[in-house]
Amino acid sequence: MIRVQNVTKTFGDFAALHGIDLEIKPGEFVALLGPSGSGKTTLLRIIAGLEFQDGGEVLFDGEDVSSRSVGERQVGFVFQQYALFKHMTVAENVAFGLSVRRKGRPPKADIRARAEELLRLVQLDGLGKRYPGQLSGGQRQRVALARALAIEPRLLLLDEPFGALDAKVRKDLRRWLRGLHETMGLTSIFVTHDQEEALELADRIVVMDHGRIEQVGTPEQVYMEPASPFVSNFVGETNQLPGGIHVRPHDIDLVASGGIPVVVDNVFRRGGSWRVEGRIEGHDRVVEFDVNAASPAPTLGDTVRIQPLRERQFHKRRL
Amino acid sequence: MTASSAAGARRRWRQPSVLPGFGLTFGLSLGWLTLIVLIPLATIFLKSAGMGWDQFVAVGLSDRALAAYRLSFGTAAAAGLVNALFGLLVAWVLVRYTFPGQKIIGAIVDLPFALPTAVAGIALTALYSPNGWVGRFLDPLGIKVAFTPIGITVALVFIGLPFVVRSVEPVLADLGNDVEEAAATLGATRLQTFSRVIFPAIAPALLTGFALAFARGVGEYGSVIFISGNMPGRTEIAPLLIVTQLEQYNYDGATAIATVMMLVSFAILLALNVVQAAGRHRYGA
Repeated sequence: MIRVQNVTKTFGDFAALHGIDLEIKPGEFVALLGPSGSGKTTLLRIIAGLEFQDGGEVLFDGEDVSSRSVGERQVGFVFQQYALFKHMTVAENVAFGLSVRRKGRPPKADIRARAEELLRLVQLDGLGKRYPGQLSGGQRQRVALARALAIEPRLLLLDEPFGALDAKVRKDLRRWLRGLHETMGLTSIFVTHDQEEALELADRIVVMDHGRIEQVGTPEQVYMEPASPFVSNFVGETNQLPGGIHVRPHDIDLVASGGIPVVVDNVFRRGGSWRVEGRIEGHDRVVEFDVNAASPAPTLGDTVRIQPLRERQFHKRRL
Repeated sequence: MTASSAAGARRRWRQPSVLPGFGLTFGLSLGWLTLIVLIPLATIFLKSAGMGWDQFVAVGLSDRALAAYRLSFGTAAAAGLVNALFGLLVAWVLVRYTFPGQKIIGAIVDLPFALPTAVAGIALTALYSPNGWVGRFLDPLGIKVAFTPIGITVALVFIGLPFVVRSVEPVLADLGNDVEEAAATLGATRLQTFSRVIFPAIAPALLTGFALAFARGVGEYGSVIFISGNMPGRTEIAPLLIVTQLEQYNYDGATAIATVMMLVSFAILLALNVVQAAGRHRYGA
């Protein structure tokens, strides 16, 4: 069990984290989701021991590790830009954590066998003699992962692990990482600014903004019951209707009478539905909604009437 | 030869580029290089070839010349090593830390590039001569710097420092914190991180810096002639020997010494480049 208690951090005048409380259970796959500057990476680095908090504690299984160095915490960390050792072969990279051990260093043959085993696990068997410069981005990321797993970490931390990869590779790697997390019984935390990635991968999502946790919940909770206007906006798409009402584009129906009149500005196909962009009459407020593509596309310039099926109302936040 | 294979052969020469004028610019660079570098070097060979082998050996490999080569290459190598060590330190401090006056320190590193070398020579001689500011404290200890090979090395260290710093600096800056942090998360100590992660990564740049400082040291003249004392066979550097020959109107002798120096320098730089290329080839892209 990982517990973060009332952790604060400032960089000069900038308060990066304001009193963060968080609990992560063994075996969980948790996403720290937020825009840049939200403090998500700082929190991850404090848990790892790459950064030290100004106040509060980080507990691993009830033990306060706040004064422990990163090397003593036994965490696996995967960096956004891989941070592979370019002058070492892939196998040497993976074996690094074992070969620098001072106490209980396994014999060389064992280290080599372990590195090969890990490379097989990340589906890079046979590439051990290559150098990182000879691999593709997705392959490098898997080497970084194998290297982090070599020290048998009690916690795997990933900083924007798919940020530098193209869409297709990212998707494959995501699914594969989820599988690896399950089969190895890891406890993992990853940082992302991509809400889709968080919704797809995580058991629980921690939504952060301006150094505060906005909401912690399952993807379903965060998407369907956002705790604040920020979460509603940041996770998934949201229309803001007058009166503090938030409604998702797919939770809007066209109606023959009543509802809200909207002037259609633009229509395009998005998968199985038409995505309609329009303005509320007399309001100039932009609204986006989906119409089943089985029906004909609304005509540009027409006025249609919309009815929210499912909405959330937020009142002005008290500060 | 068919048209298509001719086009293929041509493609190997020409890199596709959005900028036109490859032929013109390539021709100009080659012409310039020939005029400025290749023709003068070739002249030295031609001139020394005209003097006959026996005479060449008599001057180019005389005891006095051999002592001068030993001194020049030895002090340049020693100064290069000192610079590799301290240049790395300076580059490290400039890249890794932020401190007041950092820009000024950075500019001071370049001073040996800009300063007339004779000025450096006079300043160093004034400092290290037995009654100079530094020399007066070293003299009672029996350490003589000015007018000895140590003094020559000191001058070459001064001249060569920026080569190492400027070679290593960008590589060190480019290395980034994340590889160090990665090593730390994997349990490496600071010493292990340096010796196994950082040093191997900057070693090629350090070698380049050493090679540049060394090459510069071998050819250095202005700063050395003041501090060396120029005693034939003991503190007479090879470039000075060439000048001495020229002053005695012994042009053949001067060329012979120049040829030997050029061959040795070329061999050393070639060897360093081979080592570099082997390293680069290994790391892939």
